[in-house]
Amino acid sequence: MTHWLIAPILIPLLGGILQVFMGYAPISLRRTLAIATTVLMLVSAVVLLLLASDGSYRIYAFGNWQPPFGIVLVLDRLAALMLVLTAVLGLFCHIYASGGADEGNRQFHALFLFQLMGLNIAFLTGDLFNLFVAFEVLLIASYGLLMHGGGTTRTVPGLHYVVLNLVGSALFLISVGMIYSVTGTLNMADLAVKIPQVSGNNLNLVKAGGMMLLVVFGLKAAILPLCFWLPKAYARATAPVAALFAVMTKVGIYAIVRIYPLMFGEGAGELANLGMDWLFPLALITLSMGVIGALGADNLKTLVAWQVIISVGTLLAPIALGSVAGLSAALFYLVSTTWTVAALFLVSELVANQRGMAADSIVTAPKMRHRTFLSVLFLIGAVAAAGLPPLSGFFGKLLILQSVEPGVEMAWLWGVVLVGSFLTLIAYSRAGSIVFWWNVEGHLETPEPMNNRVSISTGILTCLTMLIVVLAGPVSDYTRATAEQLHDNRGYINILQAPVHVPKNPLIGEIN
Amino acid sequence: MELLFALVIGTLTASGVYLLLRARTFPVIMGLTLLSYGVNLFLFATGRLATGQQPVIGTAASYSDPLPQALVLTAIVIGFAMTAFLVVLSLRNLADNENDHVDGQRNNTPPSNQDQEVTSK
Repeated sequence: MTHWLIAPILIPLLGGILQVFMGYAPISLRRTLAIATTVLMLVSAVVLLLLASDGSYRIYAFGNWQPPFGIVLVLDRLAALMLVLTAVLGLFCHIYASGGADEGNRQFHALFLFQLMGLNIAFLTGDLFNLFVAFEVLLIASYGLLMHGGGTTRTVPGLHYVVLNLVGSALFLISVGMIYSVTGTLNMADLAVKIPQVSGNNLNLVKAGGMMLLVVFGLKAAILPLCFWLPKAYARATAPVAALFAVMTKVGIYAIVRIYPLMFGEGAGELANLGMDWLFPLALITLSMGVIGALGADNLKTLVAWQVIISVGTLLAPIALGSVAGLSAALFYLVSTTWTVAALFLVSELVANQRGMAADSIVTAPKMRHRTFLSVLFLIGAVAAAGLPPLSGFFGKLLILQSVEPGVEMAWLWGVVLVGSFLTLIAYSRAGSIVFWWNVEGHLETPEPMNNRVSISTGILTCLTMLIVVLAGPVSDYTRATAEQLHDNRGYINILQAPVHVPKNPLIGEIN
Repeated sequence: MELLFALVIGTLTASGVYLLLRARTFPVIMGLTLLSYGVNLFLFATGRLATGQQPVIGTAASYSDPLPQALVLTAIVIGFAMTAFLVVLSLRNLADNENDHVDGQRNNTPPSNQDQEVTSK
């Protein structure tokens, strides 16, 4: 049992608590400490990635309770990948935020760190109820972050977001209760053992529970009938928060990828592949809806918010088909799209800051300051998001297209993804040419030039897509190994037999 | 007892969902509260209904499942915090929009008006 597993949770927790008590300290001190915390978290995530890349499962049993009796943290390739993805994103968003977006609210850094902690718990936990708690932790931090910066425009989308997520939490509890009432366990590995053994009337209870769970994760991931809250809320959040929220929908996708192949996978008897036949058409409709939204967007942030929904659809379609190649491709695309969308949110905010009253609306305005820098960043982001070569979005989509077997599904997936990509490209070219090229006479009273922290963090986050291209070989090897590990759930089930540390002092044992 | 319990949960959930679909924030909050009561009772029942049993193994022939109680406790704490936050948020909504409609109807000028002013300059 290695204690590194708890580090990505403890580091932001302690850093966040420190920030709570430092609300009145000088802002430079708070920023330094907060960014140091995020850097430490990134280091711990990378250590866990190196640990996990040998393909074995590592568990951390709280209180040394042998699973399934206690709560366990489980580290595997998927968890490590998500941790690094989040930590990198969190670091750059945090640096961006320290360029001025964190002013006006003393608890911004605390909320930001608690949000990261909630995300990390969700990725590491091996217990269904603990996953619920993790969702609540990250949600309550996100409610605060969404409101950050004030402004009356954020109240109404925030209210919708909170109410919807509370309903989602209630559904989550109901489905957890249904599954628990039949199986008598909430440990994911134990559930993977118990669910195939369920029979008779209980089968329908577990089925209902599993489908409701899919609804909850669908709400988090913003699948079509449950996605209308997202564009308004994301488009009105402040940029570093919106960029961090790019990973929030991926939490829903992570939960689907974690739970469904494990508990309702090939070996689950009558419950095998539960819900996946629903997920595939919904994913394609979500993609189409996202494209329509992107075409109709009237400002850059809304355009990027719809891009979030497009990427959700693109990711879920191969996941629903359930092949190893599809899962691997989806994970590759997930890394690429999360960073790209986040970078586009940051670029949109920078553009908005330079254009005075026009802000990020897709309208003509006088020439802005830093036009070359911002337009190049937007170009890179748009090319990566639309999936044009040579950037990582192209490779992600290519892998997804290659992963389907010939048949009806292939026709649908190829058609929707390719037409969708083309229309997305049109949406981006329209937005980019109006915002950056078509200038009218006059000059803008720009508030102030960009500072280094803002421009460097946005620049690096945007260029991460190139890094993925350079490292495409290792990254796709890793995602393929991850997909194989997910597909074969025996490894995960074996954590039940994992030896837990036995106290050396025999006296403790004699109390019984 | 099972019938009574099921009816109570059903009534709470149904009224909760009904109130949740109202257009004002106050009924919505009440609805969420009722819904969370219903959910908590439901979670409580997942350990099977029994009276007079002890939650400790070894002290009696049969024992009641202690886990749902822990789950309910966690759910209550989280639900309480969330409701408190929601009350504050809806008060903020009331203050910002001078209206407690969930869509904040008044002062809801579309942003496109501003854009047109910019383009016409």
